[in-house]
Amino acid sequence: MYSLSYRRASSVEEARRLFKEASDAAYLAGGHTLLPAMKQRLAAHDVLVDLGAIADMKGIGVSGDGLTIGGGVTHAEVAGSQEVKGAIPSLAALAGSIGDAQVRHRGTLGGSIANNDPAADYPAAALALAATIRTDGREIAADDFFTALYETALEEGEIVTGVSFRIPETAGYAKFRNPASRYPMAGVFVARHKDGTVRVAVTGAGNEGVFRWSEAEQALSGNFAAEALAGLSVDPDMMMGDIHGSPEYRANLVAVMARRALGSLGSAEAII
Amino acid sequence: MSVEGIGARVARKEDKRFITGQGRYVDDMSVPGMKHAAFVRSPHAHARVGAINAEAARAMPGVVAVLTGAEMAADGIGNLICGWMIHSKDGSPMNMGAWPALASETVRFVGQAVAVVIAETKSQARDAAEAVEVEWEELPAVSDVLGAIAEGAPQIHPEAPGNLIYDWEIGTKDEVEKAFGEAAHVTRMDLTNNRLIPNAMEPRAALARYDAADDHFTLWTTSQNPHTARLVLSAFYNVAPEHKLRVVAPDVGGGFGSKIYIYPEEITCLWAAKKTGVPVKWTGDRSEAFLTDAHGRDHVTVAEMAFDANNRITAFKIDTIANFGAYMSLFSSAVPTYLYATLLSGQYDIPLIHCNVRAVYTNTAPVDAYRGAGRPEATFVVERMMETAARELSVSPAELRRTNFIREFPHQTPVIMLYDAGDYEASLNAALEASDYAGFAARKAEAQRRGRLRGIGISCYIEACGIAPSKAVGSLGAGVGLWESAEVRVNPVGTIEVLTGSHSHGQGHETTFAQLVASRLGVPLDNIAIVHGDTDSVQFGMGTYGSRSGAVGMSAISRAIDKVEAKAKKIAAHLLEASEGDIEIADGEVRVAGTDKKLGWHEVCLAAYTGHNLPDGMEPGLKEGAFYDPANFTFPAGAYVCEVEIDPETGHTDIVQFVAADDFGRIINPMIVEGQVHGGIAQGIGQALLEGCVYDEGGQLITATYNDYAMPRAHDLPSFRVSTTETICPSNPLGIKGCGEAGAIGSPPAVINAITDAIGNNDLSMPATPEKVWRALHAAGGGLREAAE
Ligand SMILES: Cc1cc2nc3c(=O)[nH]c(=O)nc-3n(C[C@H](O)[C@H](O)[C@H](O)COP(=O)(O)OP(=O)(O)OC[C@H]3O[C@@H](n4cnc5c(N)ncnc54)[C@H](O)[C@@H]3O)c2cc1C
Repeated sequence: MYSLSYRRASSVEEARRLFKEASDAAYLAGGHTLLPAMKQRLAAHDVLVDLGAIADMKGIGVSGDGLTIGGGVTHAEVAGSQEVKGAIPSLAALAGSIGDAQVRHRGTLGGSIANNDPAADYPAAALALAATIRTDGREIAADDFFTALYETALEEGEIVTGVSFRIPETAGYAKFRNPASRYPMAGVFVARHKDGTVRVAVTGAGNEGVFRWSEAEQALSGNFAAEALAGLSVDPDMMMGDIHGSPEYRANLVAVMARRALGSLGSAEAII
Repeated sequence: MSVEGIGARVARKEDKRFITGQGRYVDDMSVPGMKHAAFVRSPHAHARVGAINAEAARAMPGVVAVLTGAEMAADGIGNLICGWMIHSKDGSPMNMGAWPALASETVRFVGQAVAVVIAETKSQARDAAEAVEVEWEELPAVSDVLGAIAEGAPQIHPEAPGNLIYDWEIGTKDEVEKAFGEAAHVTRMDLTNNRLIPNAMEPRAALARYDAADDHFTLWTTSQNPHTARLVLSAFYNVAPEHKLRVVAPDVGGGFGSKIYIYPEEITCLWAAKKTGVPVKWTGDRSEAFLTDAHGRDHVTVAEMAFDANNRITAFKIDTIANFGAYMSLFSSAVPTYLYATLLSGQYDIPLIHCNVRAVYTNTAPVDAYRGAGRPEATFVVERMMETAARELSVSPAELRRTNFIREFPHQTPVIMLYDAGDYEASLNAALEASDYAGFAARKAEAQRRGRLRGIGISCYIEACGIAPSKAVGSLGAGVGLWESAEVRVNPVGTIEVLTGSHSHGQGHETTFAQLVASRLGVPLDNIAIVHGDTDSVQFGMGTYGSRSGAVGMSAISRAIDKVEAKAKKIAAHLLEASEGDIEIADGEVRVAGTDKKLGWHEVCLAAYTGHNLPDGMEPGLKEGAFYDPANFTFPAGAYVCEVEIDPETGHTDIVQFVAADDFGRIINPMIVEGQVHGGIAQGIGQALLEGCVYDEGGQLITATYNDYAMPRAHDLPSFRVSTTETICPSNPLGIKGCGEAGAIGSPPAVINAITDAIGNNDLSMPATPEKVWRALHAAGGGLREAAE
């Protein structure tokens, strides 16, 4: 790691100010993506602004049709939250399936969303649950938020303060893990919303990152069950390929995981 | 069996310090004035090293020195050696290219060091290493072994035309060919043994200090064999004379073979410590470990086995190409020859064997012995062949093995080895029973109803351990003897220190070795200390690898105990006015058998040291040493049964049962032995399902982090069911065969045999990733259908 200064902010405003004052700052949340990259000298920042002490970014609350989770809430807190389990059990399931216990106790929702790793779990939930990403200055629809691999609609210095997920009628999550990294090689989040719309979001597999699988959404609109997906597949040309899985294999996994997600509706345990 | 002696499940004495964070590893060491090293490494797989501009780096904060390969060569530091001479079948010696610790002309793999920066802090050293500018002239590279021997491949070393290191053979080619001509059935397979990266928990590290007053060096290093390190560093690398160099290998966090070798970093740290006048420490990070630790395996093989009409093997023919990487590591040449081809008879009575091995350079990290070293590769070939032949011959895999088992001992194989003892039927029976092999069909049917494909696979392995009679290995080309030494020092109060040339880096020697002493001299474990890993305390040692510390290291201790016992009995006989033959030592007492005449053990020890009343002419003191050279290799063997379930939609393999029945000869501490077997099986399952080192065509390491290199984790593994059968090894005084590598040797073919059984397609390479299994299943057609029915 290159030498750097560490600052801890106690409010969102202070974090922004500290960020602006430095020449090449980065926000530090759980550090489970940022710090490994810095240790390997793949990233260098002169200042780290720690968001961990900002009270406004903690907290989980249900209001009306929305479940709002602070950007600084850890995966373990989401997985263990009675509110989350009550409102959207499959979101608790997803959070509880991320990485391992250490990762879940450090990694945060805001960090995961802001990083937009093409294999991260949360982006699938954000898309399928028609989430609204709340930042220090505005609200961004999830559909507009994840723009490309590791890229988001966030502007320089903008902070994800929280995410509001629309509470669905029912939802489910299934994923297949990469044997090495244990991130999803294909993760599919399915949700039927109270207005009858269906959303299907796929992470880990697409060559442009998380995406909504519209054919599956249409097929499931009439019949929200695995058999409605029979014969449906994604185009391998749109899939990632690497030593762990070719595009064809990932395309197969997407179809399989979509079917399995429909078998996990309402469960607080992800199908893995 | 006493509660502490041979055969007792004594909790490991060393674990308290390990699990409470009190272990002392090289990186925990600190000496006054110590600075830190960082290496400048090649980003290219093959390149000419041009000008090295270190001006900017030298001016950076904290930098003490930047040293290059040219300076090292000018100081007369020798090139790295390979300690085992192999001759090609045409009689020519192996073609070995030069390997300087810091390259000054050419680099041949990504990560090879060309310069070192010494600075106040580790960070400063790294910052400056990045600022060293090297003019690279990239050369064409080749990373795979078949590409390297193909026409027109890039030439890696001038000394090795066509990248061929040696073309070696063993066995009788003509007779084998004749037997194939008369065969009733021939089984033929193409087999790849995947390349592995060792991944010891503790990365390699070195701390070197030069004391100008005494002209003396100390090196603390992560070594499995500190004396060999000292010998090689002085005799060949010219960094320090042997009597002026102390090598200490303190607590070492795993080795698996990768810490046998003397690497460029240790040599560089020693040389730099004298050159700069400051102690120099280097601790590798995980990325350096991936790039520069000696990798393991990496064989491409064609095997053919001939059977007669009674399903008896009549001949076995093997053609193997072994990837050595860019340089010949210390024992690399022995691995695919004397540690591999000599085990190709397996547990079977095979009258004729011929094996040809070509060793080949590629632009990848050097490859050397890794847990099992040659024997996992041999076992994979033999046991995949047996299972496949059984399928082709439509006989049960267990039956085909039984038909061919060796049943009389000693048994001379056609490939050098003289098996001294074993009962292969007994371990197979034990494994089949423990795994309820007979009930498999019902379990398979039940799995099918759940949409899962269930398969079962057997592996009957044999290995050769102890490595080995010095005379024998010398005649085969080894540069060193492979005996072991020990010293048993009894203190005047009766407590005991045992100095051993074995080195523990996870094996639990502090416990098992003490159990042997406790058994023999009746002293409580707490009164026994095991000293190892320091060339200043232990006179000499060959170190720990090849599952040799029990069979050879403890045998040396046993021989030293014999001498201590004899002298103690003489003293006691003198003091008790009895005859020496009537004295027995047990339970802390030295007694005259059949009488109530006795002395405390401590009284005899004290008498030895006061010297007040010793037999005439006896020297005072009670301290004896022994050098033990084994009479033969030892031959641990066993049977493993693996049962898997495959998810046909994803190709994911679940190991639902794994049974091991091993014959390790006499067992000192069953709990430690089980731990060794568990770890070995985990590594073997890792090789079979998960681990695979991948370089791209240009020689860049793709699997350079845990994001891409899949290590086995607890949830990939079932609860192993291990047991032992016992035939005592006749070749050493303790009857021990060795257990350190068996799990890693025996398990991979059991896993692949089980998966191929489940999916009905025998064409499956390791690691059997979900995608490979899924593809093999669909290539076989009907996997899905079958499961759905
Ligand atoms: C071993 C391991 C396994 C893992 N497995 C998985 C897995 O299976 N699935 C999965 O989804 N993830 C996995 N992760 C990633 C983990 O969930 C990360 O912690 C997470 O993606 C990033 O969150 P963080 O809080 O650690 O962010 P950090 O690492 O602190 O930050 C990540 C990036 O986001 C920025 N950032 C952080 N917070 C904010 C914010 N509130 N607003 C704006 N920008 C911000 C940072 O500046 C940085 O650029 C794994 C990580 C590890 C180390």
